[in-house]
Amino acid sequence: MTTAMMDLERPATGPTFQGVSAGRKAKNVLATTLVTLAFLLAVVPLVWVLWSVVEKGLEPILRADWWSHSLSGLRPYEDMGGAYHAIYGTVVQGLTTALLSVPIGVMVGVYLVEYGTGTRLARITTFMVDILTGVPSIVAGLFIYALWITIFGFSRSALAVSLALLLLMVPVVVRTTEEMLRIVPNELREASYALGIPKWKTIVKVVLPTALSGIVTGIMLGLARVMGETAPALVVGAYAPYINFNVFDGNMANLPLLMNDQFANPETAGFNRTWGAAMTLVLIIMLFNLLATVISRWSAIKK
Amino acid sequence: MAKRIDIKDVNIYYGKFHAVDSVTLSVPPRSVTAFIGPSGCGKSTVLRSLNRMHEVTPGARVEGRVLLDGEDIYAPSVDPVEVRRTIGMVFQRPNPFPTMSIRDNVVAGLKLAGVRNRKKLDEVCERSLRGANLWEEVKDRLDRPGGGLSGGQQQRLCIARAIAVQPDVLLMDEPCSALDPISTLAIEDLITELKQDFTIVIVTHNMQQAARVSDQTAFFNLAGVGQPGRLVEVDDTEKIFSNPSQKATEDYISGRFG
Ligand SMILES: Nc1ncnc2c1ncn2[C@@H]1O[C@H](COP(=O)(O)OP(=O)(O)OP(=O)(O)O)[C@@H](O)[C@H]1O
Ligand SMILES: [Mg+2]
Repeated sequence: MTTAMMDLERPATGPTFQGVSAGRKAKNVLATTLVTLAFLLAVVPLVWVLWSVVEKGLEPILRADWWSHSLSGLRPYEDMGGAYHAIYGTVVQGLTTALLSVPIGVMVGVYLVEYGTGTRLARITTFMVDILTGVPSIVAGLFIYALWITIFGFSRSALAVSLALLLLMVPVVVRTTEEMLRIVPNELREASYALGIPKWKTIVKVVLPTALSGIVTGIMLGLARVMGETAPALVVGAYAPYINFNVFDGNMANLPLLMNDQFANPETAGFNRTWGAAMTLVLIIMLFNLLATVISRWSAIKK
Repeated sequence: MAKRIDIKDVNIYYGKFHAVDSVTLSVPPRSVTAFIGPSGCGKSTVLRSLNRMHEVTPGARVEGRVLLDGEDIYAPSVDPVEVRRTIGMVFQRPNPFPTMSIRDNVVAGLKLAGVRNRKKLDEVCERSLRGANLWEEVKDRLDRPGGGLSGGQQQRLCIARAIAVQPDVLLMDEPCSALDPISTLAIEDLITELKQDFTIVIVTHNMQQAARVSDQTAFFNLAGVGQPGRLVEVDDTEKIFSNPSQKATEDYISGRFG
């Protein structure tokens, strides 16, 4: 009886929704596996690197002297002293680079998007920026060496290092600024013009603030990248185991230079200093990235 | 404050493309003029040529004369920034500045022009928000971001922002097209009130709206695909909607178009 009823009530056509076919299930499993594998492949080395840095570098940086002493007057086998001189160098060289390259990069980006669209100068600038992006860091160092030291006759200094880093950082800043400005809707510019606000003020007060959080993130990433550069510092600066506060003259250490120097030191002290410096560099860069997140959160468009 | 506009033989181009052909029309002060017509016939283009916003588009240019109380806004000595200060504009999509609070949005025009006096700014802010019928809704959250309001509120915020700089003329390009009927009604009421102080030109696709709010209606049309748009006729709104002198107008209004 019941079966008869059910037969009667069954619709004449098949159901609209069918189960997932076996073929699709298999494809899904395959794709999921591949994606997961790729993810692991990318993550494993990263975790491994971080782990070795922490494992070998944590102990040296926990010593009190690490943050307050330099390596001045210490013998290679004396496992004491700290990286204070190199930390100072890395931070100061990074900040000098940022101080010089952020205004230049942002202004070039503003020119490209707001003023130069379609002009010959803009095309040439974009081309130049593209080339600069691909310049190896050691070439930037050699260029500054030739220009700043050989032709202008200045001495090797932290400033010279910053100038070489500038060549690496400006294209990053230009690119980020350009991309961030391009996604600011035109309607905002027009709304501002319609209030009788001149173009330059529209850019400074409306367009740039709207794009700020993205630009800040880009700047911080660029900064993190140049702070880890070794080649330019080897060419136009030079390592010093003591503190040098003067940006304009004399050798000044930074963390990559310290690592480069101590890597050649076969003693335990050298091992500790190299990995300690690596750990410190990772920490500083993380700090900058954290700062970038905070600033871009704070300046982000609020809803 | 409110000024009259005389458009004399204006041709408008986007690069080589001739978008609008020879428009001549007058907008009396303290009145609402509605622009109607099919999509692509150049209503927005004409509207944007009235405050020199058209030339912001690369390659775009305007020929002919637009007189504001007899003064040609396209005269070589005239600064477009000044023109836009005198002739305000409200856009189709509400576009408050996303980085600014409600208060800063309203007084943006003054603040960016260099007005620092806090008391004056607060005064203008309240007056403009009241003028835009938004004060009661936002007075307790003036420091919240403007992007957090509803669409209709955002549009009224944009109107408040436009009237805060005390322009002589207010141009509105389909200000209600993104809004619900209630917000639309609120804005229509607002337009009727604003008419006391401003000369208003409004573009709309809504015939009832044109009939409700405007004193004068201009019908634009396209002669054909790729042809420039042109002004078919302009007359009192009542006349246009009851007894237009052109056949094309009657067809369009009664829905027998195309
Ligand atoms: N930025 C632009 N560049 C080139 N051509 C444009 C541009 N803006 C509009 N046009 C052209 O100008 C003509 C008129 O456009 P306009 O936007 O003024 O029409 P409209 O009457 O406002 O239409 P709608 O009712 O759809 O808003 C159209 O043919 C359009 O394609
Ligand atoms: Mg339009």
